[in-house]
Amino acid sequence: MQHSNLIYIAVMSAVTLSVKILPLTLIRRPIKSRFVRSFLYYVPYVTLAVMTFPAIVQATDVPLAGAIALVAGIVAAWFGASLFKVAATCCILVFVIELIML
Amino acid sequence: MARNATGVFARHGKAIKEGFRDGVPIGAGYFVVAFSLGIAARSAGLTPWEGFVASLLNNASAGEYAAFTLIAAHASYLELAVVTFITNARYLLMSTALSQRFSPKTGTLHRVLVGFDVTDELFGIAIARPGMVDPFYSYGAFVPALTGWSTGTALGIVMGNVLPTRAVSALSVALFGMFLAIIIPPARQNRVVLGCVVVSFLASLVFTVAPAFASISAGTRTIILTVAISSLAALLFPVSDEELRHGEGEDADAA
Repeated sequence: MQHSNLIYIAVMSAVTLSVKILPLTLIRRPIKSRFVRSFLYYVPYVTLAVMTFPAIVQATDVPLAGAIALVAGIVAAWFGASLFKVAATCCILVFVIELIML
Repeated sequence: MARNATGVFARHGKAIKEGFRDGVPIGAGYFVVAFSLGIAARSAGLTPWEGFVASLLNNASAGEYAAFTLIAAHASYLELAVVTFITNARYLLMSTALSQRFSPKTGTLHRVLVGFDVTDELFGIAIARPGMVDPFYSYGAFVPALTGWSTGTALGIVMGNVLPTRAVSALSVALFGMFLAIIIPPARQNRVVLGCVVVSFLASLVFTVAPAFASISAGTRTIILTVAISSLAALLFPVSDEELRHGEGEDADAA
């Protein structure tokens, strides 16, 4: 089946904007279910962790560079580096390591 | 009309300016990360304009990255919708948290507009301010944030093919660095979150390399593992109201 980029963009945008806008406009009192609240609390961490590893190791030309960037990124974020600094640290490390190894 | 606009700025100018000031470093960070997102969009066959519009309407790093990966694989529209929903599910929580901090008098239009650009960072700075959320503060922050994100994506699509492969390889980890910056600080504070991150890493590795699971696509893998691990954590370690508030405070610190 042939797919159109514009329909792809329309679908992803409609879903994203619904997720962002609907709770804010519809929910005007606290959610009661403790399970739902707890589930929603854990979702972001699990999703992002699943997406990060092992994908970061597969994204770079040299897998070792991705692995080192992962460890360095975790250490930098652990000690409170900003989002920009963590991302920059990962990029610079991969660039330098691949410069040496390739 | 002009008089009306002047009146709005006279009443809300301070909040708009403060929002803009806080939004500038966020926009700069977004620009770099969006550039690497643009490289993924380019692999999916998106034009710079398509990437610009997708980023303007979505402003979601993980969600857009997952979506572009699926578009590149010619996935079905339904699969794209489900994966976009799952990867952006955390915004349900943030949008819900914001709803608790809006004055009951705040109209639906302001709620829609603030909801339009809920991101980890913009949610963080909005919720970090004392008292009720001021929509005009958020509007001020949206301007540099959306500009950096959308132009960064478009430029990544344009420049992706003129950059040396080594630079593309290096920039491709920017998004993962951003994800780490979001998940690691709360994991340091909360042992259950730390456990979730470790279990997620291991489960994701097993699902990626084990021959039995090799046929499962990346998007489906994300859905299955997110629902399974988050449900398990919610059953075993239900979160108290106090922790939920604490979690919001951490997001604010991170931003």
